[in-house]
Amino acid sequence: MLRYIAKRIFLMIPVLLGISFVIFLLMYFTPGDPAQMILGDLATKEEVEALREEMGLNDSFFERYFRYMGDLLKGDLGTSYTTKLPVWDEISARLPVTAKVAFFVIVFAVLIGVPIGILSAVRQYTIIDSITRVMALLGITMPSFWFALLLVLLFSVKLGWLPASGLYGPAYYVLPIISISAASVAIITRTARSSMLEVIRQDYIDTARAKGQKERVVLFKHALLNALIPILTVVGIQFAGSLGGAVVNEQVFAIPGIGKLMVDAIKARNYPLVTGSVLVLSLLQSLVNLFIDLLYAFVDPRIRSQYSRSKKKTKALNGAVTAGAGTAAGKGE
Amino acid sequence: METKNKLLEVKDLSIHYFTDEGVVRAVNNIDFELARGETMGLVGETGAGKTTTARGIMGLVPNPPGRVVSGEILFEGKDLLNASKLQMRLHRGKDFSMIFQDPMTSLNPILTVGDQIAEVIRLHEKLSHKDANRKAAEILEMVGIPAERMSEYPHQFSGGMKQRVVIAIALACSPKLIIADEPTTALDVTIQAQVLELMRDLQEKLGTAMLLITHDLGVVADTCNKVAIMYAGQIVEMGSLENVYDNTKHPYTKGLFGSLPSLSIKSKRLVPIDGLMPDPVDLPSGCPFHPRCPDCMESCKSRMPVKTEVSPGHYVRCLRCE
Repeated sequence: MLRYIAKRIFLMIPVLLGISFVIFLLMYFTPGDPAQMILGDLATKEEVEALREEMGLNDSFFERYFRYMGDLLKGDLGTSYTTKLPVWDEISARLPVTAKVAFFVIVFAVLIGVPIGILSAVRQYTIIDSITRVMALLGITMPSFWFALLLVLLFSVKLGWLPASGLYGPAYYVLPIISISAASVAIITRTARSSMLEVIRQDYIDTARAKGQKERVVLFKHALLNALIPILTVVGIQFAGSLGGAVVNEQVFAIPGIGKLMVDAIKARNYPLVTGSVLVLSLLQSLVNLFIDLLYAFVDPRIRSQYSRSKKKTKALNGAVTAGAGTAAGKGE
Repeated sequence: METKNKLLEVKDLSIHYFTDEGVVRAVNNIDFELARGETMGLVGETGAGKTTTARGIMGLVPNPPGRVVSGEILFEGKDLLNASKLQMRLHRGKDFSMIFQDPMTSLNPILTVGDQIAEVIRLHEKLSHKDANRKAAEILEMVGIPAERMSEYPHQFSGGMKQRVVIAIALACSPKLIIADEPTTALDVTIQAQVLELMRDLQEKLGTAMLLITHDLGVVADTCNKVAIMYAGQIVEMGSLENVYDNTKHPYTKGLFGSLPSLSIKSKRLVPIDGLMPDPVDLPSGCPFHPRCPDCMESCKSRMPVKTEVSPGHYVRCLRCE
């Protein structure tokens, strides 16, 4: 297992390299001049040119890229153009806010989405199921910023129950969490429903019932655990998505997170800050994916045996069975 | 048959599925009984209603869309159809249990084999976790799997081994009745023989009655005391093995035997029964077999034959025998 984790972490390096190159390329071709932005409209051409030279903006693309990567290897993400602070300091000040919101969002989405999905599957074709499916469709198709604005209009402007912006206490979290999680709740509900529907038709569910097992235990022990892999997958994607996708909603609610930091940085053509934020978010996303993959192994013994196939003991024990196990686990993924 | 010896009595049982396409009449007015320790074969084509009958007895007809529309299922004299959900749950696994068709899919892939056997023991016997596991190990040994393999998962077993585990689960609480739904269909022929022999041995040892669902007349001849032939949701012929095999009355049963290859008679082709099984949503009028029957009479098209006892214990549903 440790070998597997080490391998996966090692494999993140080329992924991050690729991302850094693409984001660097995008920023290179983005119109606008950071030096002009810093100095303002009144600056003379000579002043701008001098600053460009000083910032190294006149060097070729590859010179700049390799300089950046060289610094990165030393653990230096560069300096923000606007605040002159190290990029890492800027990010590390904002990241916990975004991470906190994303965490609450995913917990909320799982707590709401999974039970509703299960209920909907167990009561397939009933009125509960129909309502759930319509709500889920609504949750997925509705743009979250629009939903956020509607919530603000109702609860902050009209009713005055909840604050509309900022993040100064528990009440401030309510509207952002509801609006950001709407899509996640919907997707998790749908996945939980379809995954459960598939599992509750399996023979081993009937075997459990034929043992005289309680329906509740049949559903939660036998069915849900088997239905968990697809649910885990979307939970992982949604969590990573709410980390990176906070960009728009942080604007709506004026949350001082990494999403707002990035939008401001893009507006100011603050290249190091944009690149740094994207890299950090990508790294986080990769780590979440790895964590989810490890959870698969925790849930499903077929995947577990695939990860630890290097162990001699299992190999000797299984003999010819291993080949079959491999394909079964492959399907499970 | 003496009354106290009767374990299971099914009377006039009908199970229908109510679907958007119409009412699927899967099981129609079937009667049979099973004594303690007896083995009955339930034979028929795919879709004849064998599995639905089995699920009806277990109380596991998927509802919706399925529903028992009439009849009684008496187990030791008590009607299972009037039993509460809780009573049924206490019966299942303890008094009667079921072996499903496909061993590949009837074990939970994420629980160890030992856990799955111990689960049924813990449900019905007041044993500690440890004792339940010890008993599970004994049962595993009984079906011919070393107890060390308790902690392994189903994917680490072959098909025949999995079916042994399924049998172990079914027998764990020494039930009085086992319903085996085509227990060997998904297995290799060589493994089939082993599994059948194992089931027969254990059945004798434990005195369990068995309802063996199959479409293999050879398996029935090997294993059963009694046999019932099902067609389109009805039992068309039922009796002791000798009655049905040597004194075949119903044209469908004759057709089934006729379609078997024979070692003694040289023939180039097997003889199939003409036509197809009728759609259970739209069963033919009169005798459901009449469109395929070689001995069809005019009255067969309009009148439903009733169950007739042609010789003691040998029942046939055919107008020619009435």
